[in-house]
Amino acid sequence: MKKIRIGSGAGYAGDRIEPAVELMEKGNLDYIIFECLAERTIAIGQMDKLKDPKKGYNQLLEYRMGKILPILSKNKINVITNMGAANPVEAARVTAKLASEANITGLKIAYVTGDDISENISDYYNNDVLELGSKLSKIKEKIISANVYMGCEGIVEALENGADIVITGRVSDPALTIGPLCYEFGWNADKNIYEMGQATLAGHLLECGGQATGGYFADPGYKEVPCLERLGFPIVEIGEDGEFFVTKVPDAGGLVTEDTLKEQTIYEIHNPESYLTPDVIADFSKVKFKEIDKDIVKASNASSHGRPDTYKVSIGYKDCYIGEGEISYGGSNAIERAKLAAEIIEKRLKIIGCEFNELKIEYIGFNSLYGDKISSGFASSCFPEIRLRVAARTRDQRNANQIGNEVEALYTNGPAGGGGATKKTSNIVSICSIFVPRSAVNVKVNYLEV
Amino acid sequence: MKLKEIAHSRTGDKGDISNISLIAYNVEDYAILKEKVTPEIVKEYFGEICNGEVIRYEIDSLYAMNFVLDKTLGGGVTRSLSLDKHGKSLSMALLEMEI
Repeated sequence: MKKIRIGSGAGYAGDRIEPAVELMEKGNLDYIIFECLAERTIAIGQMDKLKDPKKGYNQLLEYRMGKILPILSKNKINVITNMGAANPVEAARVTAKLASEANITGLKIAYVTGDDISENISDYYNNDVLELGSKLSKIKEKIISANVYMGCEGIVEALENGADIVITGRVSDPALTIGPLCYEFGWNADKNIYEMGQATLAGHLLECGGQATGGYFADPGYKEVPCLERLGFPIVEIGEDGEFFVTKVPDAGGLVTEDTLKEQTIYEIHNPESYLTPDVIADFSKVKFKEIDKDIVKASNASSHGRPDTYKVSIGYKDCYIGEGEISYGGSNAIERAKLAAEIIEKRLKIIGCEFNELKIEYIGFNSLYGDKISSGFASSCFPEIRLRVAARTRDQRNANQIGNEVEALYTNGPAGGGGATKKTSNIVSICSIFVPRSAVNVKVNYLEV
Repeated sequence: MKLKEIAHSRTGDKGDISNISLIAYNVEDYAILKEKVTPEIVKEYFGEICNGEVIRYEIDSLYAMNFVLDKTLGGGVTRSLSLDKHGKSLSMALLEMEI
Protein backbone atom coordinates (compact mmCIF):
# COMPACT_ATOMS: atom_id res chain seq x y z
CA MET A 1 0.00 0.00 0.00
CA LYS A 2 1.22 3.46 -0.88
CA LYS A 3 2.33 5.45 2.17
CA ILE A 4 3.33 9.08 2.54
CA ARG A 5 5.52 10.60 5.25
CA ILE A 6 4.94 14.22 6.20
CA GLY A 7 7.04 16.08 8.77
CA SER A 8 6.36 19.28 10.66
CA GLY A 9 9.10 21.89 10.23
CA ALA A 10 7.66 24.70 12.36
CA GLY A 11 4.82 25.23 14.80
CA TYR A 12 4.88 29.03 14.76
CA ALA A 13 6.54 31.95 12.99
CA GLY A 14 9.69 32.05 15.09
CA ASP A 15 10.18 28.34 15.77
CA ARG A 16 13.55 26.56 16.05
CA ILE A 17 15.12 25.51 12.73
CA GLU A 18 17.28 22.48 13.80
CA PRO A 19 14.29 20.11 14.20
CA ALA A 20 13.29 20.80 10.58
CA VAL A 21 16.83 20.18 9.32
CA GLU A 22 17.05 16.98 11.39
CA LEU A 23 13.71 15.75 10.01
CA MET A 24 14.72 16.46 6.43
CA GLU A 25 18.02 14.63 6.87
CA LYS A 26 16.89 11.64 8.95
CA GLY A 27 13.09 11.47 8.72
CA ASN A 28 12.77 9.76 5.33
CA LEU A 29 10.17 12.39 4.43
CA ASP A 30 8.14 12.96 1.29
CA TYR A 31 6.86 16.35 2.48
CA ILE A 32 7.65 18.90 5.15
CA ILE A 33 5.22 21.60 6.22
CA PHE A 34 6.03 24.92 7.88
CA GLU A 35 3.08 26.54 9.67
CA CYS A 36 4.09 30.10 10.44
CA LEU A 37 0.97 32.27 10.66
CA ALA A 38 -0.68 33.38 13.90
CA GLU A 39 -4.00 35.25 14.00
CA ARG A 40 -2.70 38.72 13.28
CA THR A 41 0.58 37.92 11.50
CA ILE A 42 -0.95 38.77 8.12
CA ALA A 43 -2.37 42.09 9.32
CA ILE A 44 1.08 43.10 10.56
CA GLY A 45 2.61 41.77 7.31
CA GLN A 46 0.14 43.91 5.36
CA MET A 47 1.38 47.02 7.19
CA ASP A 48 4.99 46.04 6.42
CA LYS A 49 4.03 45.64 2.75
CA LEU A 50 2.42 49.09 2.63
CA LYS A 51 5.73 50.58 3.78
CA ASP A 52 7.81 48.38 1.46
CA PRO A 53 6.12 46.38 -1.37
CA LYS A 54 8.93 43.81 -1.13
CA LYS A 55 8.07 42.90 2.48
CA GLY A 56 5.12 41.31 4.25
CA TYR A 57 6.22 37.68 4.14
CA ASN A 58 7.58 35.68 7.10
CA GLN A 59 10.61 37.45 8.55
CA LEU A 60 12.56 34.19 8.91
CA LEU A 61 11.88 33.06 5.32
CA GLU A 62 15.42 33.76 4.07
CA TYR A 63 16.96 32.13 7.14
CA ARG A 64 14.79 29.02 6.88
CA MET A 65 15.10 28.61 3.11
CA GLY A 66 18.88 29.09 3.32
CA LYS A 67 19.05 26.10 5.68
CA ILE A 68 16.59 23.79 3.93
CA LEU A 69 17.04 24.43 0.18
CA PRO A 70 20.20 22.32 -0.14
CA ILE A 71 18.60 19.39 1.73
CA LEU A 72 15.25 19.42 -0.03
CA SER A 73 17.01 19.35 -3.35
CA LYS A 74 19.30 16.48 -2.30
CA ASN A 75 16.62 14.36 -0.58
CA LYS A 76 13.70 15.19 -2.93
CA ILE A 77 11.39 16.53 -0.24
CA ASN A 78 8.48 18.82 -1.13
CA VAL A 79 7.98 21.88 1.05
CA ILE A 80 4.53 23.31 1.82
CA THR A 81 4.38 26.53 3.82
CA ASN A 82 2.24 29.57 4.60
CA MET A 83 5.37 31.71 5.02
CA GLY A 84 4.08 33.88 2.15
CA ALA A 85 1.89 35.67 4.75
CA ALA A 86 0.80 38.99 3.21
CA ASN A 87 3.15 38.67 0.21
CA PRO A 88 3.45 35.12 -1.28
CA VAL A 89 4.69 36.55 -4.61
CA GLU A 90 7.72 38.21 -3.08
CA ALA A 91 8.34 35.19 -0.80
CA ALA A 92 8.54 32.98 -3.92
CA ARG A 93 10.88 35.44 -5.67
CA VAL A 94 13.19 35.58 -2.67
CA THR A 95 13.20 31.77 -2.44
CA ALA A 96 14.06 31.47 -6.15
CA LYS A 97 16.87 33.99 -5.73
CA LEU A 98 18.32 32.10 -2.76
CA ALA A 99 18.20 28.83 -4.74
CA SER A 100 20.00 30.44 -7.69
CA GLU A 101 22.67 31.90 -5.44
CA ALA A 102 23.25 28.43 -3.94
CA ASN A 103 23.50 26.93 -7.46
CA ILE A 104 20.41 24.80 -6.88
CA THR A 105 18.56 24.15 -10.12
CA GLY A 106 15.55 22.16 -11.31
CA LEU A 107 13.24 23.59 -8.67
CA LYS A 108 9.66 24.63 -9.35
CA ILE A 109 8.33 27.11 -6.79
CA ALA A 110 4.57 27.71 -6.67
CA TYR A 111 2.88 30.61 -4.94
CA VAL A 112 -0.79 30.56 -4.14
CA THR A 113 -2.82 33.77 -4.00
CA GLY A 114 -6.49 34.65 -3.70
CA ASP A 115 -6.79 34.83 0.07
CA ASP A 116 -6.42 38.63 0.11
CA ILE A 117 -9.91 40.08 -0.53
CA SER A 118 -9.20 43.52 0.92
CA GLU A 119 -9.86 45.21 -2.45
CA ASN A 120 -13.44 43.93 -2.43
CA ILE A 121 -14.08 44.30 1.27
CA SER A 122 -16.83 46.91 0.76
CA ASP A 123 -18.96 44.10 -0.75
CA TYR A 124 -19.17 42.63 2.74
CA TYR A 125 -19.89 45.70 4.91
CA ASN A 126 -23.34 44.26 5.68
CA ASN A 127 -21.92 40.94 6.92
CA ASP A 128 -22.11 40.22 10.64
CA VAL A 129 -18.82 40.28 12.52
CA LEU A 130 -18.50 37.17 14.68
CA GLU A 131 -16.67 38.80 17.60
CA LEU A 132 -18.16 42.32 17.63
CA GLY A 133 -21.89 41.61 17.37
CA SER A 134 -22.20 44.31 14.71
CA LYS A 135 -21.96 44.78 10.94
CA LEU A 136 -18.53 45.05 9.35
CA SER A 137 -19.33 48.61 8.27
CA LYS A 138 -18.90 49.72 11.90
CA ILE A 139 -15.10 49.35 11.63
CA LYS A 140 -14.74 50.06 7.90
CA GLU A 141 -12.35 53.03 8.32
CA LYS A 142 -10.04 50.96 10.51
CA ILE A 143 -9.65 47.86 8.31
CA ILE A 144 -6.08 47.09 7.21
CA SER A 145 -6.36 43.52 5.93
CA ALA A 146 -8.91 40.88 4.93
CA ASN A 147 -7.71 37.35 4.27
CA VAL A 148 -9.77 34.26 3.58
CA TYR A 149 -8.76 31.03 5.29
CA MET A 150 -8.39 29.07 2.05
CA GLY A 151 -8.42 25.30 1.91
CA CYS A 152 -6.05 22.91 0.17
CA GLU A 153 -7.21 23.55 -3.43
CA GLY A 154 -4.28 25.79 -4.42
CA ILE A 155 -1.75 23.43 -2.85
CA VAL A 156 -3.23 20.43 -4.72
CA GLU A 157 -3.13 22.32 -8.03
CA ALA A 158 0.49 23.34 -7.44
CA LEU A 159 1.54 19.73 -6.71
CA GLU A 160 -0.36 18.47 -9.77
CA ASN A 161 1.76 20.83 -11.81
CA GLY A 162 5.00 19.52 -10.37
CA ALA A 163 5.81 22.13 -7.72
CA ASP A 164 8.64 21.27 -5.32
CA ILE A 165 7.92 24.19 -3.01
CA VAL A 166 4.44 25.61 -2.40
CA ILE A 167 4.21 29.02 -0.70
CA THR A 168 0.82 30.31 0.37
CA GLY A 169 -0.66 33.24 2.22
CA ARG A 170 -3.56 32.52 4.57
CA VAL A 171 -4.69 28.92 4.36
CA SER A 172 -6.10 26.87 7.21
CA ASP A 173 -3.33 25.18 9.20
CA PRO A 174 -4.49 21.60 8.44
CA ALA A 175 -4.67 22.44 4.70
CA LEU A 176 -0.85 22.32 4.59
CA THR A 177 -1.18 18.57 5.30
CA ILE A 178 -4.55 17.86 3.64
CA GLY A 179 -3.19 19.33 0.36
CA PRO A 180 -0.43 16.79 -0.26
CA LEU A 181 -2.71 13.93 0.87
CA CYS A 182 -5.53 14.90 -1.51
CA TYR A 183 -2.94 15.16 -4.28
CA GLU A 184 -1.30 11.80 -3.49
CA PHE A 185 -4.47 9.80 -2.81
CA GLY A 186 -7.14 11.70 -4.76
CA TRP A 187 -9.32 12.19 -1.67
CA ASN A 188 -12.21 14.63 -1.51
CA ALA A 189 -14.69 15.71 1.16
CA ASP A 190 -17.74 14.08 -0.48
CA LYS A 191 -16.33 10.63 -1.14
CA ASN A 192 -13.69 10.13 1.54
CA ILE A 193 -15.47 10.77 4.85
CA TYR A 194 -13.04 8.67 6.92
CA GLU A 195 -9.83 9.59 5.10
CA MET A 196 -10.56 13.34 5.17
CA GLY A 197 -11.24 13.16 8.91
CA GLN A 198 -7.94 11.35 9.41
CA ALA A 199 -6.12 13.82 7.12
CA THR A 200 -7.45 16.73 9.18
CA LEU A 201 -6.40 15.03 12.41
CA ALA A 202 -2.93 14.44 10.94
CA GLY A 203 -2.71 18.11 9.94
CA HIS A 204 -3.95 19.22 13.36
CA LEU A 205 -1.29 17.10 15.09
CA LEU A 206 1.48 18.40 12.81
CA GLU A 207 0.63 22.10 12.69
CA CYS A 208 2.05 23.03 16.10
CA GLY A 209 5.40 21.31 15.65
CA GLY A 210 6.83 20.08 18.94
CA GLN A 211 3.49 20.27 20.76
CA ALA A 212 2.80 16.72 19.52
CA THR A 213 6.17 15.31 20.55
CA GLY A 214 6.48 16.39 24.16
CA GLY A 215 6.76 20.15 23.79
CA TYR A 216 4.36 22.08 26.05
CA PHE A 217 3.81 18.83 28.01
CA ALA A 218 6.44 18.48 30.74
CA ASP A 219 5.44 18.87 34.39
CA PRO A 220 8.20 17.61 36.71
CA GLY A 221 7.00 14.82 38.98
CA TYR A 222 3.91 14.27 36.83
CA LYS A 223 4.89 14.21 33.16
CA GLU A 224 8.59 13.84 32.35
CA VAL A 225 9.95 14.61 28.86
CA PRO A 226 13.56 13.83 27.88
CA CYS A 227 15.85 16.36 26.17
CA LEU A 228 13.50 19.26 25.42
CA GLU A 229 16.54 21.25 24.32
CA ARG A 230 16.76 18.89 21.31
CA LEU A 231 13.02 18.36 20.86
CA GLY A 232 12.21 16.45 17.67
CA PHE A 233 9.21 17.54 15.60
CA PRO A 234 6.48 15.08 14.57
CA ILE A 235 6.29 12.84 11.52
CA VAL A 236 3.02 11.37 10.24
CA GLU A 237 3.14 8.24 8.08
CA ILE A 238 -0.22 7.76 6.43
CA GLY A 239 -1.56 5.17 3.99
CA GLU A 240 -4.18 5.40 1.26
CA ASP A 241 -6.71 3.85 3.69
CA GLY A 242 -6.29 6.92 5.92
CA GLU A 243 -4.66 5.01 8.79
CA PHE A 244 -1.61 6.75 10.19
CA PHE A 245 0.90 6.78 12.99
CA VAL A 246 2.80 9.65 14.56
CA THR A 247 6.48 9.35 15.37
CA LYS A 248 9.73 11.32 15.50
CA VAL A 249 13.37 10.79 14.58
CA PRO A 250 14.56 8.14 17.11
CA ASP A 251 17.56 10.04 18.50
CA ALA A 252 15.75 13.40 18.75
CA GLY A 253 14.55 14.65 22.15
CA GLY A 254 10.95 14.56 23.27
CA LEU A 255 8.47 11.69 23.19
CA VAL A 256 5.37 10.56 21.33
CA THR A 257 2.74 8.92 23.54
CA GLU A 258 -1.02 8.58 23.61
CA ASP A 259 -1.07 11.39 26.18
CA THR A 260 1.01 13.88 24.14
CA LEU A 261 -1.32 13.30 21.18
CA LYS A 262 -4.48 13.54 23.29
CA GLU A 263 -3.46 16.98 24.56
CA GLN A 264 -2.72 18.19 21.06
CA THR A 265 -5.92 16.71 19.56
CA ILE A 266 -8.05 18.83 21.91
CA TYR A 267 -5.82 21.92 21.58
CA GLU A 268 -7.71 24.89 20.09
CA ILE A 269 -10.83 22.96 19.11
CA HIS A 270 -14.33 23.58 20.42
CA ASN A 271 -16.94 20.96 19.55
CA PRO A 272 -14.94 17.78 18.78
CA GLU A 273 -17.74 16.51 16.53
CA SER A 274 -17.48 19.53 14.32
CA TYR A 275 -14.03 21.03 13.82
CA LEU A 276 -14.51 23.48 10.98
CA THR A 277 -11.86 23.83 8.30
CA PRO A 278 -12.36 25.16 4.76
CA ASP A 279 -11.81 21.66 3.34
CA VAL A 280 -13.99 19.59 5.61
CA ILE A 281 -15.94 19.58 8.88
CA ALA A 282 -13.83 17.12 10.85
CA ASP A 283 -15.07 14.88 13.66
CA PHE A 284 -12.53 14.02 16.38
CA SER A 285 -15.13 12.82 18.90
CA LYS A 286 -14.30 9.11 18.54
CA VAL A 287 -10.55 9.34 17.85
CA LYS A 288 -8.40 6.55 19.27
CA PHE A 289 -4.67 6.39 19.91
CA LYS A 290 -2.69 3.19 20.43
CA GLU A 291 1.01 3.06 21.23
CA ILE A 292 2.48 0.36 18.97
CA ASP A 293 6.13 0.86 19.86
CA LYS A 294 8.31 3.39 21.67
CA ASP A 295 7.48 6.82 20.21
CA ILE A 296 5.16 5.32 17.58
CA VAL A 297 1.44 5.92 18.15
CA LYS A 298 -1.30 4.83 15.78
CA ALA A 299 -4.23 7.22 15.25
CA SER A 300 -7.62 6.05 14.02
CA ASN A 301 -11.35 6.75 14.03
CA ALA A 302 -11.43 10.43 13.02
CA SER A 303 -14.23 11.19 10.57
CA SER A 304 -15.84 14.09 8.74
CA HIS A 305 -19.16 15.64 7.72
CA GLY A 306 -18.64 17.19 4.30
CA ARG A 307 -17.34 20.60 3.27
CA PRO A 308 -18.64 23.88 4.75
CA ASP A 309 -20.50 26.27 2.42
CA THR A 310 -18.61 29.37 3.53
CA TYR A 311 -15.06 30.55 4.05
CA LYS A 312 -13.96 32.35 7.21
CA VAL A 313 -12.29 35.70 6.63
CA SER A 314 -9.81 37.13 9.10
CA ILE A 315 -10.07 40.94 9.22
CA GLY A 316 -7.24 42.99 10.71
CA TYR A 317 -8.17 46.46 11.99
CA LYS A 318 -6.57 49.31 13.88
CA ASP A 319 -8.14 48.90 17.29
CA CYS A 320 -6.52 50.93 20.07
CA TYR A 321 -3.30 51.59 21.98
CA ILE A 322 -2.17 49.73 25.09
CA GLY A 323 0.15 51.41 27.59
CA GLU A 324 1.91 49.24 30.16
CA GLY A 325 4.27 49.67 33.09
CA GLU A 326 5.80 47.25 35.60
CA ILE A 327 7.83 47.62 38.80
CA SER A 328 8.98 45.05 41.38
CA TYR A 329 8.89 45.14 45.19
CA GLY A 330 10.69 42.72 47.51
CA GLY A 331 10.71 41.73 51.17
CA SER A 332 8.00 40.34 53.42
CA ASN A 333 5.91 43.52 52.98
CA ALA A 334 6.24 43.46 49.18
CA ILE A 335 2.55 43.00 48.41
CA GLU A 336 1.58 45.92 50.70
CA ARG A 337 3.99 48.29 48.96
CA ALA A 338 2.88 47.07 45.52
CA LYS A 339 -0.75 47.74 46.50
CA LEU A 340 0.17 51.22 47.74
CA ALA A 341 1.94 51.82 44.42
CA ALA A 342 -1.22 50.79 42.54
CA GLU A 343 -3.35 53.19 44.61
CA ILE A 344 -0.94 56.00 43.81
CA ILE A 345 -1.11 55.18 40.08
CA GLU A 346 -4.93 55.24 40.04
CA LYS A 347 -4.96 58.67 41.73
CA ARG A 348 -2.21 59.99 39.46
CA LEU A 349 -4.09 58.98 36.31
CA LYS A 350 -7.02 61.09 37.56
CA ILE A 351 -4.83 64.06 38.47
CA ILE A 352 -3.09 64.19 35.08
CA GLY A 353 -6.36 63.53 33.21
CA CYS A 354 -5.23 60.36 31.48
CA GLU A 355 -8.08 59.05 29.32
CA PHE A 356 -8.48 55.29 29.06
CA ASN A 357 -11.26 52.84 28.21
CA GLU A 358 -10.10 49.96 30.39
CA LEU A 359 -7.53 49.62 33.16
CA LYS A 360 -5.96 46.45 34.56
CA ILE A 361 -3.85 46.27 37.70
CA GLU A 362 -2.28 42.94 38.54
CA TYR A 363 0.40 41.58 40.82
CA ILE A 364 2.84 39.25 39.09
CA GLY A 365 3.71 36.54 41.61
CA PHE A 366 0.22 36.58 43.08
CA ASN A 367 -2.79 37.06 40.78
CA SER A 368 -1.74 38.03 37.24
CA LEU A 369 -2.60 34.66 35.70
CA TYR A 370 -5.73 33.55 37.56
CA GLY A 371 -7.20 36.56 39.40
CA ASP A 372 -7.74 36.85 43.18
CA LYS A 373 -10.16 34.02 43.82
CA ILE A 374 -8.27 31.08 42.33
CA SER A 375 -4.85 32.46 43.33
CA SER A 376 -5.86 32.93 46.99
CA GLY A 377 -6.76 29.25 47.07
CA PHE A 378 -3.16 28.13 46.83
CA ALA A 379 -1.12 31.25 47.66
CA SER A 380 1.26 31.38 50.61
CA SER A 381 0.86 34.11 53.21
CA CYS A 382 4.21 35.74 52.39
CA PHE A 383 5.42 36.75 48.94
CA PRO A 384 9.20 37.31 48.80
CA GLU A 385 8.72 39.49 45.72
CA ILE A 386 5.83 41.00 43.79
CA ARG A 387 5.84 42.79 40.45
CA LEU A 388 3.12 45.38 39.92
CA ARG A 389 1.79 45.51 36.38
CA VAL A 390 -0.48 48.28 35.12
CA ALA A 391 -2.02 48.16 31.64
CA ALA A 392 -4.61 50.41 30.03
CA ARG A 393 -6.42 50.60 26.72
CA THR A 394 -6.44 54.09 25.23
CA ARG A 395 -7.55 55.84 22.07
CA ASP A 396 -4.18 57.40 21.31
CA GLN A 397 -0.47 57.05 21.90
CA ARG A 398 -0.14 60.09 24.16
CA ASN A 399 -2.50 58.67 26.78
CA ALA A 400 -0.95 55.21 26.46
CA ASN A 401 2.55 56.62 27.11
CA GLN A 402 1.33 58.15 30.38
CA ILE A 403 0.70 54.70 31.88
CA GLY A 404 4.32 53.56 31.61
CA ASN A 405 5.64 56.99 32.56
CA GLU A 406 3.60 57.07 35.77
CA VAL A 407 4.78 53.57 36.75
CA GLU A 408 8.38 54.56 36.07
CA ALA A 409 7.92 57.68 38.21
CA LEU A 410 7.23 55.38 41.17
CA TYR A 411 11.01 55.01 41.43
CA THR A 412 11.45 58.41 43.05
CA ASN A 413 7.85 59.24 43.97
CA GLY A 414 6.41 55.91 45.13
CA PRO A 415 6.87 53.39 47.97
CA ALA A 416 10.32 52.29 49.20
CA GLY A 417 12.46 49.82 47.37
CA GLY A 418 10.77 49.66 43.95
CA GLY A 419 13.09 48.24 41.26
CA GLY A 420 13.32 47.04 37.69
CA ALA A 421 10.68 49.34 36.21
CA THR A 422 9.84 48.84 32.54
CA LYS A 423 7.36 50.56 30.23
CA LYS A 424 5.87 49.90 26.82
CA THR A 425 3.30 51.35 24.44
CA SER A 426 1.77 49.22 21.67
CA ASN A 427 -0.33 50.16 18.66
CA ILE A 428 -2.86 47.34 18.67
CA VAL A 429 -4.03 45.61 15.52
CA SER A 430 -6.93 43.33 16.36
CA ILE A 431 -8.57 40.54 14.43
CA CYS A 432 -12.25 39.83 13.83
CA SER A 433 -14.03 37.46 11.45
CA ILE A 434 -16.77 37.37 8.84
CA PHE A 435 -17.98 34.51 6.63
CA VAL A 436 -18.22 34.75 2.83
CA PRO A 437 -19.58 32.33 0.19
CA ARG A 438 -17.08 30.05 -1.53
CA SER A 439 -17.73 31.87 -4.82
CA ALA A 440 -16.15 35.03 -3.35
CA VAL A 441 -12.70 33.47 -3.54
CA ASN A 442 -10.60 33.03 -6.63
CA VAL A 443 -7.62 30.80 -5.86
CA LYS A 444 -4.67 31.37 -8.23
CA VAL A 445 -1.42 29.43 -8.53
CA ASN A 446 1.67 30.83 -10.25
CA TYR A 447 5.13 29.36 -10.73
CA LEU A 448 8.79 30.35 -10.76
CA GLU A 449 11.45 27.95 -11.98
CA VAL A 450 15.16 27.92 -11.23
CA MET B 1 -7.58 15.50 46.06
CA LYS B 2 -6.55 17.91 43.34
CA LEU B 3 -7.40 17.20 39.71
CA LYS B 4 -3.69 17.17 38.85
CA GLU B 5 -3.32 13.85 40.70
CA ILE B 6 -5.53 12.05 38.15
CA ALA B 7 -5.62 14.24 35.03
CA HIS B 8 -3.62 16.43 32.69
CA SER B 9 -4.64 19.42 30.61
CA ARG B 10 -3.72 21.89 27.86
CA THR B 11 -5.31 25.24 27.03
CA GLY B 12 -5.99 26.67 23.58
CA ASP B 13 -7.38 30.01 22.44
CA LYS B 14 -9.50 31.40 19.62
CA GLY B 15 -10.51 35.04 19.86
CA ASP B 16 -12.11 35.61 23.27
CA ILE B 17 -12.77 31.88 23.80
CA SER B 18 -10.53 29.61 25.85
CA ASN B 19 -10.68 25.83 25.59
CA ILE B 20 -9.26 23.72 28.39
CA SER B 21 -8.94 19.97 28.08
CA LEU B 22 -9.11 17.62 31.04
CA ILE B 23 -7.68 14.19 30.29
CA ALA B 24 -7.71 11.30 32.77
CA TYR B 25 -4.40 9.42 33.05
CA ASN B 26 -6.37 6.22 33.69
CA VAL B 27 -9.74 5.12 32.35
CA GLU B 28 -11.07 4.30 35.85
CA ASP B 29 -10.70 7.95 36.88
CA TYR B 30 -12.56 9.27 33.85
CA ALA B 31 -15.96 8.51 35.43
CA ILE B 32 -14.95 10.54 38.49
CA LEU B 33 -13.99 13.50 36.31
CA LYS B 34 -17.30 13.30 34.43
CA GLU B 35 -19.25 13.22 37.66
CA LYS B 36 -17.35 15.89 39.59
CA VAL B 37 -16.16 18.40 36.99
CA THR B 38 -19.41 19.70 35.56
CA PRO B 39 -19.62 22.82 33.37
CA GLU B 40 -21.40 24.58 36.27
CA ILE B 41 -18.49 23.85 38.63
CA VAL B 42 -15.95 25.03 36.06
CA LYS B 43 -17.93 28.23 35.45
CA GLU B 44 -18.05 28.87 39.20
CA TYR B 45 -14.31 28.14 39.56
CA PHE B 46 -13.29 30.53 36.78
CA GLY B 47 -16.07 33.02 37.68
CA GLU B 48 -13.68 35.94 38.10
CA ILE B 49 -12.16 35.41 34.62
CA CYS B 50 -14.92 33.82 32.54
CA ASN B 51 -17.70 36.26 31.62
CA GLY B 52 -19.60 33.87 29.37
CA GLU B 53 -21.00 30.39 29.11
CA VAL B 54 -19.04 27.20 29.75
CA ILE B 55 -19.79 24.22 27.51
CA ARG B 56 -18.40 20.74 28.24
CA TYR B 57 -17.75 18.26 25.44
CA GLU B 58 -16.94 14.64 26.22
CA ILE B 59 -14.52 12.54 24.18
CA ASP B 60 -14.95 9.10 25.74
CA SER B 61 -12.47 7.40 23.42
CA LEU B 62 -9.69 9.62 24.85
CA TYR B 63 -10.99 9.60 28.49
CA ALA B 64 -11.12 13.34 28.05
CA MET B 65 -13.36 16.37 28.23
CA ASN B 66 -13.06 19.74 26.56
CA PHE B 67 -14.29 22.83 28.40
CA VAL B 68 -15.04 25.77 26.15
CA LEU B 69 -15.17 29.06 28.06
CA ASP B 70 -16.71 32.01 26.23
CA LYS B 71 -15.70 35.64 26.95
CA THR B 72 -12.64 34.63 28.97
CA LEU B 73 -9.61 36.24 27.32
CA GLY B 74 -10.12 39.92 28.15
CA GLY B 75 -11.86 40.70 24.86
CA GLY B 76 -9.62 38.47 22.74
CA VAL B 77 -6.00 37.52 22.37
CA THR B 78 -5.14 40.46 20.13
CA ARG B 79 -6.56 43.14 22.51
CA SER B 80 -6.38 41.64 26.01
CA LEU B 81 -4.75 43.74 28.75
CA SER B 82 -3.62 40.60 30.58
CA LEU B 83 -0.04 39.42 30.90
CA ASP B 84 -1.07 35.98 29.60
CA LYS B 85 -3.17 37.19 26.67
CA HIS B 86 -3.74 33.66 25.35
CA GLY B 87 -4.79 32.32 28.75
CA LYS B 88 -2.28 29.54 28.14
CA SER B 89 -1.69 29.06 31.87
CA LEU B 90 -5.37 28.34 32.66
CA SER B 91 -4.88 24.56 32.29
CA MET B 92 -2.72 24.54 35.40
CA ALA B 93 -5.39 26.48 37.33
CA LEU B 94 -8.02 23.87 36.46
CA LEU B 95 -5.69 21.10 37.67
CA GLU B 96 -5.49 22.84 41.09
CA MET B 97 -9.23 22.32 41.58
CA GLU B 98 -10.08 20.17 44.62
CA ILE B 99 -12.53 17.33 44.11
